[in-house]
Amino acid sequence: MSDWPILSTVTFLPLVGVVLILFTRDDNETGLRNIRNVALLTTLFTFVVSLFIWVNYDPADPNFQMIENHAWLGTGISYHMGVDGISMLFVLLTTVLMPLCILASWAAITHRVKAYMIAFLILETLIIGVFVSLDIVMFYVFFEASLIPMYLIIGIWGHDRRVYASFKFFLYTFAGSVFMLLSIMAMYWVTGTTSVPVLLEYDFPVNMQYWLFLGFFASFAVKMPMWPVHTWLPDAHVEAPTAASGVLAGVLLKLGGFGVLRYSMPMFPDASYYFAPLIFALSIIAIIYASLVALMQTDMKKLIAYSSVAHMGYVTMGMFSATTEGIEGSIFLMLSHGIVSGALFFCVGMVYDRMHTREIAAYGGLVNNMPKFAVAFMIFTMANVGLPGTSGFIGEFLTVVGVFQVNTWVAVFAATGVILSAAYALWLYRRVIFGALEKDSLKGLLDLSMREKFVLYPLIVLTIFFGVYPEPIFAAIHGPVAQIVQHYDAVLESTKNIALPVY
Amino acid sequence: MIYKLIVFLPLLGFLIAGFFGNRIGAKATEWVTIAFMAISAILSWYVFISVGFLSHAEDLVIQVPVMQWISSGNIDVAWSLRIDTLTAVMLVVVNTVSCLVHLYSVGYMHDDPHRPRFFAYLSLFTFAMLSLVTSDNLLQMFFGWEGVGLASYLLIGFWYKKPSACAAAMKAFIVNRVGDFGFLLGIAGLFFLAHTINFDPIFAATENIANDHAVAVAAGEQVPVLHFLGMDLTLMHAITAVCLLLFMGAMGKSAQFLLHTWLPDAMEGPTPVSALIHAATMVTAGVFLVARMSPLFELSPSALTFVTLIGSITALFAATIGLVQNDIKRVIAYSTCSQLGYMFAALGAGAYGAAVFHLFTHAFFKALLFLCAGSVIHAVSGDQDMRRMGGLRKHIPITFWGMIFGTLAITGFGIPGTVIGAAGFFSKDAIIEAAFVSASPLAGFSFWALVIAAVLTAFYSWRLIFMTFFGKPRASSDVMHHVHESPWVMLIPLIVLSVGALFAGVVFAEFFYGHDYSEFWKGALFTGPHNEVLEEHHHVALWVKLSPFFAMLIGTVVAIYMYLIKPASAKAMANAFPRIYAFLLNKWYFDELYDFLFVRPAKKLGHFLWQKGDVGVIDRYGPNGIAALVVDVTNRVVKLQSGYVYHYAFAMLIGVAALVTWMMLGGAL
Repeated sequence: MSDWPILSTVTFLPLVGVVLILFTRDDNETGLRNIRNVALLTTLFTFVVSLFIWVNYDPADPNFQMIENHAWLGTGISYHMGVDGISMLFVLLTTVLMPLCILASWAAITHRVKAYMIAFLILETLIIGVFVSLDIVMFYVFFEASLIPMYLIIGIWGHDRRVYASFKFFLYTFAGSVFMLLSIMAMYWVTGTTSVPVLLEYDFPVNMQYWLFLGFFASFAVKMPMWPVHTWLPDAHVEAPTAASGVLAGVLLKLGGFGVLRYSMPMFPDASYYFAPLIFALSIIAIIYASLVALMQTDMKKLIAYSSVAHMGYVTMGMFSATTEGIEGSIFLMLSHGIVSGALFFCVGMVYDRMHTREIAAYGGLVNNMPKFAVAFMIFTMANVGLPGTSGFIGEFLTVVGVFQVNTWVAVFAATGVILSAAYALWLYRRVIFGALEKDSLKGLLDLSMREKFVLYPLIVLTIFFGVYPEPIFAAIHGPVAQIVQHYDAVLESTKNIALPVY
Repeated sequence: MIYKLIVFLPLLGFLIAGFFGNRIGAKATEWVTIAFMAISAILSWYVFISVGFLSHAEDLVIQVPVMQWISSGNIDVAWSLRIDTLTAVMLVVVNTVSCLVHLYSVGYMHDDPHRPRFFAYLSLFTFAMLSLVTSDNLLQMFFGWEGVGLASYLLIGFWYKKPSACAAAMKAFIVNRVGDFGFLLGIAGLFFLAHTINFDPIFAATENIANDHAVAVAAGEQVPVLHFLGMDLTLMHAITAVCLLLFMGAMGKSAQFLLHTWLPDAMEGPTPVSALIHAATMVTAGVFLVARMSPLFELSPSALTFVTLIGSITALFAATIGLVQNDIKRVIAYSTCSQLGYMFAALGAGAYGAAVFHLFTHAFFKALLFLCAGSVIHAVSGDQDMRRMGGLRKHIPITFWGMIFGTLAITGFGIPGTVIGAAGFFSKDAIIEAAFVSASPLAGFSFWALVIAAVLTAFYSWRLIFMTFFGKPRASSDVMHHVHESPWVMLIPLIVLSVGALFAGVVFAEFFYGHDYSEFWKGALFTGPHNEVLEEHHHVALWVKLSPFFAMLIGTVVAIYMYLIKPASAKAMANAFPRIYAFLLNKWYFDELYDFLFVRPAKKLGHFLWQKGDVGVIDRYGPNGIAALVVDVTNRVVKLQSGYVYHYAFAMLIGVAALVTWMMLGGAL
């Protein structure tokens, strides 16, 4: 079993589904059903196989595991894969969400089903590839390529302003990536290698770190997204079909955070320390600004999109606190947010499928005839607000605790998000779910169907389970995070000793 | 095992009611949850007696680990139960009242179509409250803290079709979150100082801090340990900051002055909810928090002074509003707010025992008052306005007597010098005396505020009785025709609570705050070496001892005069001072003020940032700007492709000229 290239298997397994779908006719109902079934089964199977990564993973070993390394493109650039606890969990997050996305698109997508499913499966391959790559060029290829299927999904199966949204999405992310490519080239010229483990050991000169950091950061900040390069996200979410929003919020945004943890902080510790105050400032602005903007949204998806921006503010803040609590908190928050925001978008999609509007004002009193939906939505809303006992709390708490040790101003401003998030989330819930059922258009709505239950209930279980017993996740990330923190502290020891903490 | 049963039976009840409530039917749901609650309540009394009275250990803390929760860096918290006398007292309070409220709700909610949901929420609340009081670290406490907040939100908004109920539910949650903001930062700050958030190591650390501090001061070494918001705080100041942050959480949950606005609105929930959550248990969580953290608060006289200040102001302020309210539940709500102020005043004075004692007795008589009010509302077909009540005494005698007992208890009725007295006679008087003798710089202010509040308490409590039960009926004859005493399932809780309201004081006074103090508490409440409130309070002057009694007497007599003897005089009073009356009736205009200060600016700012920030600046000069620029440039470039050969030839010529120039100059250089 140990010789089996499990990471390659998981990464490229969805492509097998693509091949099968390519050979399926889509001009009749049976064919369409087959296409959907193949897509679902492929993603489910990928999920099951990906569980073996967890089984094989040895939490006691903080280094990369399950490594595959083959020569690829001439000198230096190789086909190099491996996972540590952090990337393993993101792979799992991806494989968990994908089958649910397929289920969520089951009835909503009716034209070009074949192309849609193919796009989704390719997307899955590319995203997993980002997490398992240990060669920086390979990482870049996957990272950029993942743009394309998403761009197509939004542009083809999106709503009215889909073209604008998809262009905006593409422009923003691509502009950021150009700088990352420059940084990667510079790193290659200096070190002569593109292997991540080697680069992690390399000490870049401090002045160079600043530029490299900014280059990477341009890309990751857009992806995350951080204020002020966040405005693509609300538009992309609003126009994207439900499942695409789920993947976007659930996994694609995490590529940015993952990138910071894998590349920026360990490779450029001096620059990370140097730029931390800037990041803190941007994070606080993101939390407060996005929460206030979310408060005034009239479109459900936009509201949740802005709430994502606010949550990512906690993530960046926690990471750059460079404390164990802060970094572990930010990883946990990303995973939790992947589940919770994905679920919230699925929830919105379900009422959208029924009513074909995302306007908050068009709803009200759904609890009367959709009680099961109301309960599910309540649980995810509370998780989004960060109620203890749900997974949403742990990450938020740890990031605040982490950053408190470094800078109390940041902690205090960030904690205001506790109030603001409750305000916008509960207000949304009240306007959509509570109240009397007065609108005629809503009176015929049915509660969750069996398929929708299969989408939401697993996510509820995950949300509560990891809120009460997060130990499996922490066990996996202790090792790699300790390595990041130790390395960071070791490099900065001299700097830190002079300037004792806290502003 | 027994402790786990106490905590987890209500959870089991919630799960059964929540998952299967609609399948097994309302009746079955009710009895399942009640049965679990009853077992829980009986076990709690067993624990209370065995921990508080039968055990003779000097320090008693039982810790029951349940499972690991969060371990990250230095944070290592587990789900676990911590049982000491303080917890045992809370267990008894929570489970007794909860069990009675469950029972009462069977009658009160009889006609509601959503009974399974209601009972599920009640049990969920109880579980959250129990996990709060049994927590062994600050984080699990925060879990319970937010859990009761959630249950409160769900129950206030239980009748979700009423817009006012939905608004009140949201308000309760969000205002509480303002407090939680402080609580969360307090936990973070404490973690920064102590590197742990588990109680035992924190308490162990506090023992040394006072000594170390004295040494440090003597040596002139005051090292800043915390750089908080631009201030360099020494250890003592840092502890004060942490205490104040934690207390902010307590202010939110316990509806203290400035963060009180949610509590009166919370009366939109069904009345049993008001009795359980917004009178007896959840709102006392703040008191519990401060009592639990007494080792920390004892280190910070400044924080305690602030607690005294807020508590005393609340006691007085809420009582003034209670004077003029006409909604029967709102009167009791403000009364709750005011009584919580008493408890905080006691905590601030260092009289933790007195505070918890009042918490204990208050739970009985306030739950009683609320449940009686519910019974009244039930009798007059759902109306809550006292101006449309009156003359109900004969029609609902058991409710009437329950209300009388509750009022005797809250006003502190009793005969000085004897042991004859209702519950409040012991607990409230203890607080007022403690306020007088405390070393706090605000002792005088606090004492007088509490005494005046006692006058007002007696007045509004009796006013409620007179307006509701005496005089001529003011309800329509149709309603009066239907007035009926509640069913037994509602009356039994009233009777049980009446017993508590009358005798909880005399039975337990010496244990909570008297001769048997240390034997009873067994170290659960900490008092520093300089805290001699308990000792001194036996030596206060006679006039101080008698002042609560006379305060009660004055308030009662005035109420009798204004509402029994000369019923017209109340209205005349209101007309004579219209400004003051309107000020009180409108609750000091706090809602309007907050709306103006926070709600509307937040909305405006949100709208501004969205339209002007995102759309107006970032998008305009960002992606849209660049896109427009590209189109613009392209349009110009397009013009270059004119199709005329001489244009191209001219361009080539210039190019060649430039190239030649460059080569010549380049060669020269």
